[in-house]
Amino acid sequence: MPEPSLSATTNATAVDNGDVVAGTQSLVLDLPPVQGTAKVEKSKTKKLGIVGWIAIFWLVAVCAAAILAPVLPIPSPTKNFLSATSEGPSLAHPMGTDSTGQDMFSRVIWGARASLLVSVSSVAFGLLFGGILGLIAGYYRGKLDTIFTNIFNVFLAIPQLVLALALVAVFASDPAVSVGKREFWLIISIGLVSIPIIGRITRASTLSWAQREFVLAGRSMGAKNKRIMSRDVLPNVLPAMFSIALLGIAVVIVLEGGLSILGVGVPPSTPSWGNLIATGRNELTRIVGACPQVILAPSIAIFLTVLSLNYLGDVVRARFDVRESNI
Amino acid sequence: MLGRRVQKQENRTIEAQARPERLLEVADLHTSFKTPRGLVHAVNAVSFTLDRGKTLGIVGESGSGKSVLSRSIMGLLPRQNVVREGSVQFEGNEIAQFSPSAMRAYWGTEMAMVFQDPMTSLNPVVKIGRQITESLKYHLDMHRDQSDATALALMKSVGIPEAERRLNEYPHQMSGGMRQRIVIAVALACGPKLLFADEPTTALDVTVQAQILNLLQQQQRERDMGMVLVTHDLGVVAGRADDIAVMYAGQIVETAPTRTLFAQMRMPYTEGLLKSIPKLEQPSHSRLEIIGGRPPDLINAPSGCKFSPRCPYAQDRCHVEEPPLIEADTPGHYFRCWYPVGTDAGREALERNLAANVPQAQAAVAGDAALAGKIETALDQRIEV
Amino acid sequence: MRAVLVRVVQLFVVLLVVTIFTSFLIDAVPGDVTYTLAPVATPAQREALRHDLHLDRSPVERYGEWVSGLAHGDLGCYYGTSGYSTASSCPDKVADRVKDALPISLELMFYAQLLSLLIAIPFGVLTAYRAGTMFDKTVNTTAFALLAIPNFVLGLVLAYYVGTKLGWVDPTGYVDFGKDPVGHFQQLALPVISLAAGQVAIYMRLLRTDMIATLQEDFVTMARAKGLSPARILWRHALRPSSLTLLTVAGLNVGALIGGAVVIENIFVIHGMGFLIADAIARRQYVALQSYVAILALGYVLVNFLVDILYAILDPRIRHARAIA
Repeated sequence: MPEPSLSATTNATAVDNGDVVAGTQSLVLDLPPVQGTAKVEKSKTKKLGIVGWIAIFWLVAVCAAAILAPVLPIPSPTKNFLSATSEGPSLAHPMGTDSTGQDMFSRVIWGARASLLVSVSSVAFGLLFGGILGLIAGYYRGKLDTIFTNIFNVFLAIPQLVLALALVAVFASDPAVSVGKREFWLIISIGLVSIPIIGRITRASTLSWAQREFVLAGRSMGAKNKRIMSRDVLPNVLPAMFSIALLGIAVVIVLEGGLSILGVGVPPSTPSWGNLIATGRNELTRIVGACPQVILAPSIAIFLTVLSLNYLGDVVRARFDVRESNI
Repeated sequence: MLGRRVQKQENRTIEAQARPERLLEVADLHTSFKTPRGLVHAVNAVSFTLDRGKTLGIVGESGSGKSVLSRSIMGLLPRQNVVREGSVQFEGNEIAQFSPSAMRAYWGTEMAMVFQDPMTSLNPVVKIGRQITESLKYHLDMHRDQSDATALALMKSVGIPEAERRLNEYPHQMSGGMRQRIVIAVALACGPKLLFADEPTTALDVTVQAQILNLLQQQQRERDMGMVLVTHDLGVVAGRADDIAVMYAGQIVETAPTRTLFAQMRMPYTEGLLKSIPKLEQPSHSRLEIIGGRPPDLINAPSGCKFSPRCPYAQDRCHVEEPPLIEADTPGHYFRCWYPVGTDAGREALERNLAANVPQAQAAVAGDAALAGKIETALDQRIEV
Repeated sequence: MRAVLVRVVQLFVVLLVVTIFTSFLIDAVPGDVTYTLAPVATPAQREALRHDLHLDRSPVERYGEWVSGLAHGDLGCYYGTSGYSTASSCPDKVADRVKDALPISLELMFYAQLLSLLIAIPFGVLTAYRAGTMFDKTVNTTAFALLAIPNFVLGLVLAYYVGTKLGWVDPTGYVDFGKDPVGHFQQLALPVISLAAGQVAIYMRLLRTDMIATLQEDFVTMARAKGLSPARILWRHALRPSSLTLLTVAGLNVGALIGGAVVIENIFVIHGMGFLIADAIARRQYVALQSYVAILALGYVLVNFLVDILYAILDPRIRHARAIA
């Protein structure tokens, strides 16, 4: 190991009021607070930076493409260009074609539609119910909290993907069920899986806010619980939930991919990033001469989207100092 | 009259005859921290010497840079974001610019440190025994039996009952006082020649503070170590240090042999520190004398004398012109003040301030009555070992 | 001791609720299950199927039977593929399949966990030690990117390029260690790497954060003041107090690992539990599915119970707090 000092120093070092932590190890630099300055706003807000803007740009572009897919000048995702099967990227087909001559670029854009629909709706579902349960548990505490927390814990004891798998397998079991219905049940199943996770985080965040002076003051002045919850607690818990939502959408995009590989994701007739990868895998293993872009194109789309969501989620979390669990 | 006012370069070494048993000589040491708000000048042109077997007390409020000073001398500060200049000579060797790997030859074996908070300075997941034997094995290549025996002897010598059992215990199983004894044992393990004690009793119960201080003093005498005792309590060093250096805003503002300092203090800040020692004879609800205001911002220090905004004696000159470290009548006594305590200039300055209703001056006078008694009390705390 | 007891009770309650939940899954199938399983069948055949699925009994009875079956190592049968029962003889026992599949899945997950920790710990320690340097930034950025690569994407890419294109290994299948140790690791290398990559990033980032905090502790400064070498301080003094969160997360992460293994086993055609689950879903084998889900949940709960105990061993403060309680 190279020599120098054991520097536990991080690049930026917070200084507040002159109580310096000059990026030092356990340095009790007993500097005095500056005279007269009240507690200054903490200057640790993580700036978005260039990377953050690129991430936002990418997400906006993906969302726009997903929404505008039907009116974009791209070929239908199911049109077979029979003269150009399994072709590499070209001007006509920027991401190449699959073995049946379908345009991968178009399929990835249409895939964004289904992937985002599933992930955003299921996270919204989880946020709604998990959020309410967590808010109630954290605000009222006592027996209600114990019951909710234990229910959360029981469901957290089943691995997410396995639980989602079981729920989808049960709800969308009928092979005759329509594509729309299967998507609906997929959303509900994933949403159910996310409830205990979101519920627990919301509960922790609520707990810490419900103890603050202004909430206690509101209570002592006889404000109604509902009012305190919606006016005082919820606005403060929202940043935490927003951060979870960003990370959650990323998780669900990946989860849908996993479920697709197992054959229970979005039905292949509607392209989603997950089922594109799943069908691409079948092509690569079964069809001679298949090109790797059938999995690479949707994979890169997933990678960049998840990367952006993770990054922004981290930024939000750092800005609002959200902790996973306060207890 | 003022003492011999010898104008000296701000950053000149304090004169002292080179004696053979000189252990540590610090000259013009500066230490600053880079922070987003700017450079924090935690240690500013500090110079002193320490002889073998002697104790130097460094006293100051929190924020005076005294803790940084001891770490800076030992070279324990991280290198990133720290600017360190000046000279540190240990037994005549210049060590200020040594790399940490070079310093490892000194750490533990030549110089050691007792930290402030025994609750955090022992590793919570490592057994007491191993924390002591570790450096024995590491530095002195001792074998297990040998290091265990040495550790036992050390623990007994720092007054830990049932040492054999304690060897296999974890820090959280012991009280704060016991832990501080362990920290001392760890520091003493390899027989250092110089011991830094950084507020060794601040985190402890009042009842055990004296015990720990006595233990330090006893070990220091038995081992003939040099000791730098850092504290915010003038009472702590009164009976224990040979010399005292008072620090304010990163500078030494007054330094003298202990008796001289108490008998003829010149610096108003030292006087304020002394007044802030609570006294047992005082009626139980008498106001505790404190120095008004807070230590200055070390990024944008006030112009002139750093203490002037809080000083009962401060005149216009003090706010503009910084006093140099000047030597008093008694040899070895230095201070930084234009209107020193106990001189005509000082008395006149105080009277002027009183007449002008300067609040600091009025507060200072209110506590004067008790001052004489306090000096005696402080010196009486000397405990014979 | 009481704390351990409370934990054991909690463990049983969770196991109870989870198994009840899985045994009720079949009741949640919308409509008549027999129509889902056998769209074309005579009423008599349907009745037989209902009997085989124990649907003619109350859910409570069914749960009781499942539990007693589990105690005897009997997890029920796969019903016939033609849509109605051939189960009276039970040629295809669920328990037999589990016996073959479970060790394979455990191996896969164990290797993945081991590999990720073996990589993550040194990197976590070194990036904390070198926090803020180029090395730290590079490793962190890489880790952040790794987090965004789904395991199945990595698995497919590796299977295609290393397996199909380069032909270094067969992209599918499993070799038993006892039969061919070299082949065993060769076959498992790609699936294990696919599973471990994301975890490395999680563990490394976590350990780095904790380690940076630990390096600011007084006892680390004290260890420096003792003159110990940086290596010794990092590994002997700072790592253990920093590794407690890592341990907890490694335990919790087994859930994600199980999910990952399910997908990865299907990609690399490894006949473990995940392969069985996907197969059971595709064939609508609800009896088998119930047991598989329950087994995975049981495993997950048990792992976390063990982690709690291990935690106490690693942190003497907790150990003694429990002894006192």
